[in-house]
Amino acid sequence: MTTTTLAVLVPLLPFLGAIAGLLLGRTAPGFVRPLAVLPTLASLALAATVAWRQGGHQAVDAVTELTPTGSVPVELALHIDGFAALTAVVVTVVAGCVQIYSTGYLRDDPRYPSYAALVSLFTSAMLLVVYSGDLMVLLVGWEVMGICSYFLVGHYWETPEARAASLKAFLVTKLGDVPFLIGLFALATEAGSFRITRILGAVADGGIEHPTLIALLLLAGVAGKSAQFPLHTWLPDAMAGPTPVSALIHAATMVAAGVYFIARLLPLFEASQAAMVVLAVMAAVTMAGSALAALAQDDIKRVLAYSTIGQLGYMTGALAVADRGAAVFHLLSHGAFKALLFLAAGVIIHAAGTNSLAAMSRMGHLRDRVPDAYWTMTVALLALAAIPPFSGFFSKEAVLGVAEHVVTGHTGHAPAAAGWIVLLAGLVTALLTAAYATRLWLLAFRGHGPEAPDHGRQPLTMTTVLWVLAVPSLALGGFAFRVLPDWFDGHDLTPTLTTSVLGTGVALVGGIVTYAAWRHTTAHAARVPLGAVAAHPEGDAGLVEAEAIASHEPAYGDIAYASDPSDPGRLLLGPLHRHAAAGFHLDALYTALFVRPVRAGASLVRFLDREVVETYVRGAGALPRWLGVAVRRAQTGNLQTYVSALLAGTVVLAVAAVLVATGA
Amino acid sequence: MHLAYPAVLSALLFCTGLYGVLARRNAILVLMSVELMLNAVNLNLVAFDVWLSRTAEDTLHSGQALALFTIAIAAAEIGIGLAIVLAVYRNRGTSDIDKLRDTAEGHEPDGPDSDTTGRAVPGSRTAGEKAEATA
Repeated sequence: MTTTTLAVLVPLLPFLGAIAGLLLGRTAPGFVRPLAVLPTLASLALAATVAWRQGGHQAVDAVTELTPTGSVPVELALHIDGFAALTAVVVTVVAGCVQIYSTGYLRDDPRYPSYAALVSLFTSAMLLVVYSGDLMVLLVGWEVMGICSYFLVGHYWETPEARAASLKAFLVTKLGDVPFLIGLFALATEAGSFRITRILGAVADGGIEHPTLIALLLLAGVAGKSAQFPLHTWLPDAMAGPTPVSALIHAATMVAAGVYFIARLLPLFEASQAAMVVLAVMAAVTMAGSALAALAQDDIKRVLAYSTIGQLGYMTGALAVADRGAAVFHLLSHGAFKALLFLAAGVIIHAAGTNSLAAMSRMGHLRDRVPDAYWTMTVALLALAAIPPFSGFFSKEAVLGVAEHVVTGHTGHAPAAAGWIVLLAGLVTALLTAAYATRLWLLAFRGHGPEAPDHGRQPLTMTTVLWVLAVPSLALGGFAFRVLPDWFDGHDLTPTLTTSVLGTGVALVGGIVTYAAWRHTTAHAARVPLGAVAAHPEGDAGLVEAEAIASHEPAYGDIAYASDPSDPGRLLLGPLHRHAAAGFHLDALYTALFVRPVRAGASLVRFLDREVVETYVRGAGALPRWLGVAVRRAQTGNLQTYVSALLAGTVVLAVAAVLVATGA
Repeated sequence: MHLAYPAVLSALLFCTGLYGVLARRNAILVLMSVELMLNAVNLNLVAFDVWLSRTAEDTLHSGQALALFTIAIAAAEIGIGLAIVLAVYRNRGTSDIDKLRDTAEGHEPDGPDSDTTGRAVPGSRTAGEKAEATA
């Protein structure tokens, strides 16, 4: 088969799997698991073949036009360069791991068939985004991901948290998608095509007249999808979904789509210095703010959610200094270790029966209960904190190294201001990242106290996947940084000495300071008992997690916050802790700015509808109703009365007709 | 024969029928009065057909053909009508039109079983037969 055929099959197989899963879910439950896992694994094999054949050489382009669509043609186009080929491999690896993990995680869930089908659809949509060479086709995948995330985040729709979170995820990403769509139309009008290759050609020829406007419009959509400030608020709440969904959304799909989109169209963004500075500021605020917020979260998954936002900030930071190679490199390694972190967190939540770090820190021997999750999560956290030689180190240093290049004026693509912003924010975030990674590890695995309720052995499908993902988390970066430049733009991705020393240094400082703070505060833990634990020795992990999420607010008073004096984050952040736990009150701000006016408008409209419009409608109905009451009196039920009336009417008509006929 | 004779006769018949429809209480007698009215019309049809065929040379005798149609339809009508009356009588124990006022405004339709005891059902019938008759 040609490379093009294989590439078409890559998104098509999970799509067909999803359709078959949705159709057969009820009638043939035995087929659901194979239908979920096998198409994803097959497309993994195909994506690997495509990547091997493409080999980082000339991009594979294929195009067919289904039907003429008016002024600007919409074509089914493939554009597979090194970025697309490798991203597709990571997407399919993570999706395959998530599917296998889900068979264990949601093994007793009655809605597993629709869940697995939606995960497949999600994967297929992301693969469409990755391979598509036409922006309209890309948009289709982009929006399908939006609706799938709505369904998957709301999987436990019995709980109000999940319902609210799914709606929020949908609305916030749509808020970014509207300017995104307008930006796409403006771009296509100026370039005369939706094809990525033609658009990049037009950019190179200087054919785009308003690059700043278009870039900023597109940035809004990217900020929504990739959870960048100020549209990131949906992502921490999206933790109300099952853990494998979080792994899928946060590691390889959905949030990666925005970064990947900019990476594809980077020359367009480079054409506008203003857009690059905006991108850099967005990345810096996102990075630093999310890292502070992550340090204060109590829910283990929300820590990881904020860490995702921060790592995406690194990627957009790399894009702001015009190096998509570093951005996609970090995307790949982040995809591996973040998927691992989430899947391991799922195992821990199952074993501990709670998602609260405060409760875990009062539990003894949690790490002996889940040795696989303990070791793999340690690897992933070291990768997250960018400690050499784990893969996160190489990708993060690639970003910082590029920023340093820009600062010292070695490239002309990006403004030096963007370089400074990204470099400084990146170093601060490296410190904070190490701090929250250390805090997570200490609180989850170094707790003291009574043992957690036993939830039995973790299913093999869940623990095996962790080790599969631990391999790239450990080794991907070290092996890839020499090879990847051939696949990407050819920029060197080797860590530079200055940033490596600086980055690792601040990471170590962050880790050690957190450890010291933990030593200081952990003595309080025994004095303040805290925590609520969901104990279902027979239930599957999904049930335990759903209950843990639902009980966090009643047990601790807030979905993200626990008043735990033994938390090292409280000591480190000081008075900032309360605000960081609430995500710096951005949700409250949005509530005051947008939600309340909209609610007030809605109640005004309801008043107008109920009291004003309804009055007219009722008034219009009153006269016919009275007439009806009067006429109904005539209905006596006596047949002979009716016939008499009929006869009288006939006689009157006949007399009238005779009178008219005779002209009287 | 002059046209006036059958015309007057049919007018008399029609008026008799009309009086019966309007004044009789028994549903069967009302049906019989309807028959009278129909046959008055038939008589008119035949008489005018003869009269017209004499003057306007109408050779098709469409009036007589229509009369045959009317007779056939009247036969069907009386069959269905009598069946309905019979069913009503089995259910209600009466065929008095004045008492059959279910369609009156404000009338609460009572269930088929609510007044079983009050019925004057002739003879001894089983419940199954009754249900069949109701259906």
